[in-house]
Amino acid sequence: MNSTATVRKRRKQLSSYAVVLLALSLVGTLYTAFGAPEGQAQDAPANQSMAVKEGRELYLTGCSTCHGLNLEGGSGGPSLIGVGASSVVFQMESGRMPLAAGTQQAPRKPVKYEISEIDQIAAYIQANGGGPELPSADNADLADGDLQLGGALFRTNCASCHNFAGSGGALTYGKYAPELKSASARVIYAAMQSGPESMPRYGDNQLTPEEKRAITRYVRYLTQEADNPGGAGLGRYGPISEGLVAWVVGITALVGLTLWIGARA
Amino acid sequence: MSVVQKGADGLGRGIDDRLGSSNFVRRSLNKVFPDHWSFMLGEIALYSFIILLLTGTYLALFYTPSLSEVVYDGSYIPLKGVTMSEAYASTLHISFDVRGGLIMRQIHHWAALLFVASIAVHLMRVFFTGAFRKPREINWVIGVGLLVMAILEGFAGYSLPDDLLSGTGARIASGIMLSIPVVGSWAAFLLLGGEYPGTELLDRLYIAHVFIVPLAILGLITVHMMMIWYQKHTQFPGPGRTEHNVVGSRLYPVYAAKAGGFFFLVFGVLALLGGLAQINPVWLYGPYDASQVSAGSQPDWYIGFLDGSTRLMPNWEFYLGGYTLSLNVLLPTVVMPGLIFTAMALYPWIEAHFITKDKRAHNLLDRPRDVPTRTAIGVASLTFYIVLLIGGGNDVIASIFNISINQISWVLRILCIVGPPIAFVITKRICLSLQKSDEHLLHHGIESGTIRRLPTGEFVEETVPLPAQYRLNLTRVAGDHEAIEGGHGDPGYDLEAVGHAEAPRSKGFFRPKGVSRVDPEQAERTEVGALEPSGKPGSPPQ
Repeated sequence: MNSTATVRKRRKQLSSYAVVLLALSLVGTLYTAFGAPEGQAQDAPANQSMAVKEGRELYLTGCSTCHGLNLEGGSGGPSLIGVGASSVVFQMESGRMPLAAGTQQAPRKPVKYEISEIDQIAAYIQANGGGPELPSADNADLADGDLQLGGALFRTNCASCHNFAGSGGALTYGKYAPELKSASARVIYAAMQSGPESMPRYGDNQLTPEEKRAITRYVRYLTQEADNPGGAGLGRYGPISEGLVAWVVGITALVGLTLWIGARA
Repeated sequence: MSVVQKGADGLGRGIDDRLGSSNFVRRSLNKVFPDHWSFMLGEIALYSFIILLLTGTYLALFYTPSLSEVVYDGSYIPLKGVTMSEAYASTLHISFDVRGGLIMRQIHHWAALLFVASIAVHLMRVFFTGAFRKPREINWVIGVGLLVMAILEGFAGYSLPDDLLSGTGARIASGIMLSIPVVGSWAAFLLLGGEYPGTELLDRLYIAHVFIVPLAILGLITVHMMMIWYQKHTQFPGPGRTEHNVVGSRLYPVYAAKAGGFFFLVFGVLALLGGLAQINPVWLYGPYDASQVSAGSQPDWYIGFLDGSTRLMPNWEFYLGGYTLSLNVLLPTVVMPGLIFTAMALYPWIEAHFITKDKRAHNLLDRPRDVPTRTAIGVASLTFYIVLLIGGGNDVIASIFNISINQISWVLRILCIVGPPIAFVITKRICLSLQKSDEHLLHHGIESGTIRRLPTGEFVEETVPLPAQYRLNLTRVAGDHEAIEGGHGDPGYDLEAVGHAEAPRSKGFFRPKGVSRVDPEQAERTEVGALEPSGKPGSPPQ
């Protein structure tokens, strides 16, 4: 019969839709039950979510042009998903971000944002993709480590680029390891966590938080507190500046004195 | 005669009766040294060396050349409890816990840098004035030997503290030894007593640094000075100065007072540097650990040219049947310095045979402009050396001036090949133009600034003929001097005023043909003491 055939055909179509629907809902349920990750900001306290909200506003105004409206990155800057709060602290508290011009390496500049604003943006970035974040927001706490251990670790891990006294050094093609005198404890710690530019990233399994605190302590001690026995440090660039002083000051003075005494009868 | 004078007289007579030394002393005290400030440059090196001996002795009292491990327990907090070699611990002890230790260390190190630097300056003076010519070639070779010894001594001292910097330097030195084909590995093992770092290195470097090399330097200095004494010092040409006399001040009192005062001036400069400018802060480098290296690890300046040549050298390394030929290390650090120092030592003969073809003896110095080829060779060599020296600091330069280290290296690579020939040509041209300007001065006199209008309407500037003594200096003919001054024994006027380098004089280019010269080899040089306080120049010693 013509009508019976049509009905049967329709039923067949409907049943196949039902199967697809059933399969989809099953997969969906299973995914929600086992596979779906916890929402990042779900358990965050109210002030944290406020910070995320404020941070998002600041981000959209100051950062999204290059890094994209949804942290996805673009032609001007990399994606920020997964870089973590540490990266934000390092880049913004040292004034490297926002970037002024495309150079070989982002230079330190005067800081454009309040520390509180930086923390808000950091919270926003952290809330969307996670990543390493500072164990404490407090400079003193981050530099509360073992000085001697810090020194040994600094010489092993940091001095090869930043120089024995943290005076910085050159890398290839105009890149460089900056001097560490102007880096705050937060920036130093965040740099180890986030591994900016050419710097390696030191996860907590490579340098434990204690070791990172020790290094931060040593760098701060070296650049801020340590007295400088023996006179002017000559920039602490090693024998290069010493040789320059030997010639420019020493030999010049001695030849000058030779001229003077040579003119005496 | 007072009692004291009588006593002194008796004592002197007593010594003379037994040793017969008064004749020698009298002659020595009356030895005449020519006056020119540039003749005192070598003295800076001598005095630096004396200060090195004095401060080094003090340091040696507290230093322990041992690689055995100790746990530091001194007053430098950041290294407290750190395991380190005894050598490094004793260096820290000197720096922080020995009274005056740090300033002694710093004066010692500054004196070392200035010792080599003043040798270099003295060498340049000797080179550019032609003081190395016959009969002084041997003393020139001894001088080159002193330079090499000073560099070795400096390197040994640099390696003693056993901090991160000196250990890195010693590591590089062992790498340089290893790059020598065939014997390199054997030499390195022999010297280190095994695989780097071994246990012997510091003991051996210490003995080399405090005994063998200083003794060699002391011996070479003695010979160097005895030869100056015997051959007598060269002098710049001037009125009354000939190839066979010496015009200047007597050793006693003028020269002794000058030299003695100069010693304290050098000491003063070194003490100021040691007290005001930090040098090699070993405590910041930390103990040597083969796994560590600091950015900006450099040798002291006098080895910097080898560091630079290595940095500029292309990375040539070949493998021949299981053997590695590291030309990237061998050429810049072994072959090149070997060639440089050999050429330097042989230069007096190279010049006499191939450049000036002048094999006569000379006691009168040249003005650099009058020997353009030598001056140009010197400036070209210095250009090469300075390019290498800059290359040794390419990372610090890149870091300070924000330039790409790769660009610096490429610029310097090109410069170290192209630079010397350019410097040669430019220097030679400058020398020739200076000669021309001398000639102009001689023929046309000094511009007076007075403009005169001729009846035809032409304007001319009047010139004043050169004063006689300057004209004399420009032409600089020994025979003329004698003729005009009435013999070299009596200069006749104030030598101090005209005997300096600023009075223009020339040689060769203007020398009239046919002037016969006394062969200085044949003539014993007489000494002419000038401007004694007694006002009796040239009077025989009492």
